[in-house]
Amino acid sequence: MRNAMAIYRKEVSAYFRSPMAYIFLVFFALFNGYFFSNTFFLFGQSDMRALFNITPMILLIFVPAVTMGLIAREKSSGTYELMTTLPIKNSELVMGKYLSAITLVLAGLGFTLVHFVTLLLVGSHIDYGGVLCGYLGLALVGAFYAAIGTFTSSLTDNQVVSFILAAVVVLVFYLFDKLLIFVPVALAGAVQFMAVDYHLSNLARGVVDSRNLVYFGSLIWLFLSLTVRVIDMRKWR
Amino acid sequence: MIRVENLKKYYGDFQALKGIDFEIDDGEIVGFLGANGAGKSTTLKVMTGYLAPSAGNVFMDDLNIQAHSLAIRQQIGYLPEMNPLYGEMRVYDYLEFTSQIRGMSPEAFKTALDRVVDQCGLREVIHLPISACSKGYKQRIGISAAILHDPRVLIFDEPVSGLDPNQIVEIRNLIRELGQHKMLIISSHILQEIEATVDRIVIIDHGEIVANGTSRELMSGFQGRTQLTLDVKYADEASIAGLARNIDEIEVADAQAVDGRSVLSIEYTREVDPREAIFEYAKNSGWAILEMTQHQVHLEDVFRGLTGEGGGHA
Repeated sequence: MRNAMAIYRKEVSAYFRSPMAYIFLVFFALFNGYFFSNTFFLFGQSDMRALFNITPMILLIFVPAVTMGLIAREKSSGTYELMTTLPIKNSELVMGKYLSAITLVLAGLGFTLVHFVTLLLVGSHIDYGGVLCGYLGLALVGAFYAAIGTFTSSLTDNQVVSFILAAVVVLVFYLFDKLLIFVPVALAGAVQFMAVDYHLSNLARGVVDSRNLVYFGSLIWLFLSLTVRVIDMRKWR
Repeated sequence: MIRVENLKKYYGDFQALKGIDFEIDDGEIVGFLGANGAGKSTTLKVMTGYLAPSAGNVFMDDLNIQAHSLAIRQQIGYLPEMNPLYGEMRVYDYLEFTSQIRGMSPEAFKTALDRVVDQCGLREVIHLPISACSKGYKQRIGISAAILHDPRVLIFDEPVSGLDPNQIVEIRNLIRELGQHKMLIISSHILQEIEATVDRIVIIDHGEIVANGTSRELMSGFQGRTQLTLDVKYADEASIAGLARNIDEIEVADAQAVDGRSVLSIEYTREVDPREAIFEYAKNSGWAILEMTQHQVHLEDVFRGLTGEGGGHA
């Protein structure tokens, strides 16, 4: 874990040394702010459903942008060889990079707390548990997308390719339950269970079901494990 | 000691290494010499654990790279080809990051930092972003990161590639200094670089070791021919033609008339020394010898003979 934390610190400071993190955070806050405030005052309800509905869609683009360079940039600049010949396990390398991406995503979500403050100021009968669960859901979605982005970043040395691959995979998971009408009835349950929205909507309603947590946890584990395997496979090219 | 046994590596159908064997003892400076694509970097990449061998193995003492990669990597300081660095990091931050990955305590890092900053001359740039440093400094930064944890083995892949002549001398001196205390393996396609720096040379060609020894051993074992230039006056065509007939072991490769003189290019095998016989023949034929120069065999000749390559950059 010590090595993972060293990688993590390096990656986080690299994010904030470049304009990348600032651009991400500003645009993330602007997009969320626009879409949240658009409907919040229109419907006059004391909840943050609008944010919890729109943020997963914004994350579809923003998380792949955050993760696209995690490993692909190392490959294109040649530092991949440096990193993989240091005495560090591939799992530590992946974990350090993954946690740094999550940190940026969580920082982005942190900016949206300003909307919660707005809610506190103008709303009444606020469902604090629902808000907390909603944020938990967004954090899990961000973490899941970041795992996918970390994986696609390990597949290529081209950041644009990494971004597109991540966006496509993330979109597939996002669209699963939108495509149920095209799926045979026998498979509908399984396909719906694979959908991000299905699990997020439970959390956004304030329901924490262990199945939702298992879904996110197992898929994050799967994509991070695949990333470790891909890095290990470089030896056998 | 590092022992490489029957190392083979395929990239798809292409066989980059065809069964390489060698040993390197502690304290030795060994140079890998070969043309671009000969297999030098692939060998080093396998030794550092970056690539897995298709067959064979690399041992450091009793540990092998496949089963004990982390333990071996801990004992190696590696400077990859092209010296990749994190340009956005400051030099200090990069070395601190390296120390953390190497498991060094903050106190050990401070001590090591003082050592490598002095050794590599980094004091001027220690707080600069790496991207702002010159190529020579970047090379020193790469080397300082490789030696920070005081490793037992140093592996430098093309350490002077792309540097200007002054920087080459600086890095060469640094490498020599490091080699006094470490097992040091460097690879280069620049023959003069290897010749100037190492104790022992391993020549790799098309994925095979074609020579392994000190430069003196390689040159003494070279089966090429020695050349001698003979510049004489008063030599007529008949006596020149008689030279090779009278001295069996020589061959007159070329004879040119220059300003009333004759300049002969004579070749013979390395096992013989016909200079005394040539002198006697010249004296008996009434020639006046103006110059007789036997050309020494250079490592370049050995390299050319073994690999079919030419030029200063082998």
